[in-house]
Amino acid sequence: MTLFRSRLRRRLRKGCSCHGPLADASCGVRKVALVGNPNVGKSVLFNALTGTYATVSNYPGTSVEVARGAAIIGGVSFQIIDTPGMYSLLPITEEERVARRILLEDAPDAVIHVVDARNLERMLPMTVQLIEAGLPVILVVNIMDEAERLGIAINIPLLGERLGIPVVGAAVARKRGLAEIQGKISCYAKREHSLPRYSAWLENDIAEIAGLLRGKYGLSTKAVALLLLQRDREMGDLVRIAEGDGFAALEAKIGEKIYARRESFHLDLSLERRRITEKILEGVFRAPDERKVTLGEKLSRWSVRPLTGVPLLCIVLYYGLYQFVGVFGAGTIVDFLEGTVFEKYFNPWITEIVRGFIPWPVWQELFTGEYGVITLGLRYALGIILPIVATFFLFFSVLEDSGYFPRLALLVDRIFKRIGLTGRAVIPMVLGFGCDTMATMVTRTLETTRERIIATLLLALAIPCSAQLGVILALLSQEPRALLIWGFCLILVFLLVGLLAARVIPGETPMFYMELPPMRLPQLSNILTKTYTRMQWYLLEILPLFILASILLWIGKITYFFDKMAVWTAPVMAAIGLPQETAVAFIFGFFRRDYGAAGLYDLQTKGLLNARQLTVAAVTLTLFIPCIAQFLIIKKERGLKVAMAIGIFVSFFAFGSGYALNKILATTGLL
Amino acid sequence: MKLSEKAEEILEAMWIAAEEEGQGFAEIEKIGVPADDPVYKELTGLAYIEIKGERAYFRPEGRKEGEKTIRRHRLAERLMMDVLDMRGENGHSKACQFEHLLNEGVDTKVCTMLNHPATCPHGRRIPPGECCLEARRRGDLGVVPLTELKSGEEGAIAYIQTGDSKKMQKLVAMGVLPGNRIRLLQTFPSYIFRVGYSEFAVDTNMAREIFINRQ
Repeated sequence: MTLFRSRLRRRLRKGCSCHGPLADASCGVRKVALVGNPNVGKSVLFNALTGTYATVSNYPGTSVEVARGAAIIGGVSFQIIDTPGMYSLLPITEEERVARRILLEDAPDAVIHVVDARNLERMLPMTVQLIEAGLPVILVVNIMDEAERLGIAINIPLLGERLGIPVVGAAVARKRGLAEIQGKISCYAKREHSLPRYSAWLENDIAEIAGLLRGKYGLSTKAVALLLLQRDREMGDLVRIAEGDGFAALEAKIGEKIYARRESFHLDLSLERRRITEKILEGVFRAPDERKVTLGEKLSRWSVRPLTGVPLLCIVLYYGLYQFVGVFGAGTIVDFLEGTVFEKYFNPWITEIVRGFIPWPVWQELFTGEYGVITLGLRYALGIILPIVATFFLFFSVLEDSGYFPRLALLVDRIFKRIGLTGRAVIPMVLGFGCDTMATMVTRTLETTRERIIATLLLALAIPCSAQLGVILALLSQEPRALLIWGFCLILVFLLVGLLAARVIPGETPMFYMELPPMRLPQLSNILTKTYTRMQWYLLEILPLFILASILLWIGKITYFFDKMAVWTAPVMAAIGLPQETAVAFIFGFFRRDYGAAGLYDLQTKGLLNARQLTVAAVTLTLFIPCIAQFLIIKKERGLKVAMAIGIFVSFFAFGSGYALNKILATTGLL
Repeated sequence: MKLSEKAEEILEAMWIAAEEEGQGFAEIEKIGVPADDPVYKELTGLAYIEIKGERAYFRPEGRKEGEKTIRRHRLAERLMMDVLDMRGENGHSKACQFEHLLNEGVDTKVCTMLNHPATCPHGRRIPPGECCLEARRRGDLGVVPLTELKSGEEGAIAYIQTGDSKKMQKLVAMGVLPGNRIRLLQTFPSYIFRVGYSEFAVDTNMAREIFINRQ
């Protein structure tokens, strides 16, 4: 009680009370930023605080977007900001830059630094940086449960005393410590910290630079000086503007200091920070001498050794992708939804109703005809695409949360290097099997522009999305040889174009390094919410397009545009050995890849295609131009020039491959 | 006493022919210094070599001296390539000039700094010196890149040597810091190691830049 009172007094002295709405009315909505290394539970905490959903994953670097949510804590409304993972105040990657910009520009009222209890020693240097930057830091030592299981003991109150900030021990995923965190947020008061000092030379250098700073930066002058000494370009630009005339003298001083410490400034600084961290943690952190090897670690070992990892990957792909998504999602559920629910009950029923309301056959066609908004658009979207995509996202979320992807990344790194990518690119590539549009967005997390372009190209060309994949698997599964040829063609094109792109596009392949999060049993609720949010995004994205496509197709039909189109494209179709009706599937394909595949499905059920034509059509359509949504995202992420180049290349390449494949199959008599 | 540079070149050429190629002698016309050069007088006067007709033979003292000169030459080559990053013809000619400065004492320092290399950049053997034998006796394993460790081996991170300072910052920020204990878990297809309670995967290029003090 006395402690509380003295704290209160100190708060009052500083003139910041945070009780009741009176004091808050002056500062508007208060902001709380969550920062920390990737994969320490920031997003879980965000969800727990706000009740809304940010994508949580056991894969470093998936939160590219900044999530903002509202929370009422202690009767006061707060805005909670979830930032991408950052390792230090000095940003290296784009995500880190985004995270730091929030600290600078949003000027949060509290900064919650979330760390992994097991790696407290490694993550505490960033806490030190945040404190020394003068930010209102609350330290959340998360994942305490797993740390305790390993026999690690942490003295939280002592740590709080040493740092001079509020510290909470928590296991956010198990709701442990949540109330205490909320308490610290609603009652945040900045205190004087008493961090150990750097060595004399460094403190001197910092003081000399800091003494020249006049501007306001949202960080303490000490932190700004340190960033300048580390040659942080973004901070340099800010300072250039803020300091005006004083900048020249400052720049000369910084240059002098940097030159004097040119040998190893970064390293010396890190070592000093480690020394400080060790001092703080003396008597606070105790780890057992013997490491316990958990089941997760054993599984982890198996997944990264080629001898066991490759079979494991095959098992994962067979059961996850083929059995669950292909056979169950695209087979069982689609048969039920599309075959029974739509074809048997819903479509005849709605057709009757529409006929009753609208007397003109042309308008009836718009809703319930061959390309009707309801009978085609809705049927495709909900009957065929939805179940496939849902099963895929479920599968993907399980893998993501288990921590399997970083292991897969290191397993394929050597192969990916050949095609100009690093193992890091495995996440957009696998996500591409779900939705290429979403995956193209995620290529942003790759390090170099060159990697991003190659990944975007390969996604546009050789990675079929789940809906397309599901339909094609269903189509070709009656003819195992066709399925084999299709798969072989795609792998060949993927590697060949990758190899070529790596040679043609200038630049070097960056090095590969990645932290491996522990393998975890995914939590059901987490997976379900994650699948749900992705589904929501997907449906909002595709439904309007499907309806728009249906309308355009309807216009195309009533104006006989398709018949003309089919006649015009007949030579192209004939060249790759397909009946001219297939042209329609390709036009569909431009609206959405899966739509095109579904069009093929209709042709197949009408018995218009033989095995060879089906294979050629499937390969061509899989390689064919990305759908509108993906094209728009490519344009947004890579620019119009790259988007056009990729679009043109992919179209020609797809038909070229179709032509070649048809010739090969015809002459060898394979199909 | 200090030999002239030309005398050292002769000893080197002789050592390669006589010892490395194993013919026991060197043909004077292949040495590259004409037979009437006074430098041969210098060497025979010191009782390092004997001239019999067209052939030059080592005497025991000379063989020892030859070994030392060849060692200095190859250490100089290593120094040029590994530390100063001078390669090709330039590196070779600079090494030829530099080797003469590596007199007793200096070669030991260079050799220790390079962690007692066993071969020159062209793959030829560097005769071990006193310092190398001493290091071997003490069981001094020295500092090696992570790629030299076997999986399961442990050590302390000595330093990170990368041309890309961003990469180093990233590694350092992740906790791969000099002084930290490191345990290599796997070497293929990527290097996997553990620092503290965290595991990391890096490719060969990255692993080559992390230097470990074996213990």
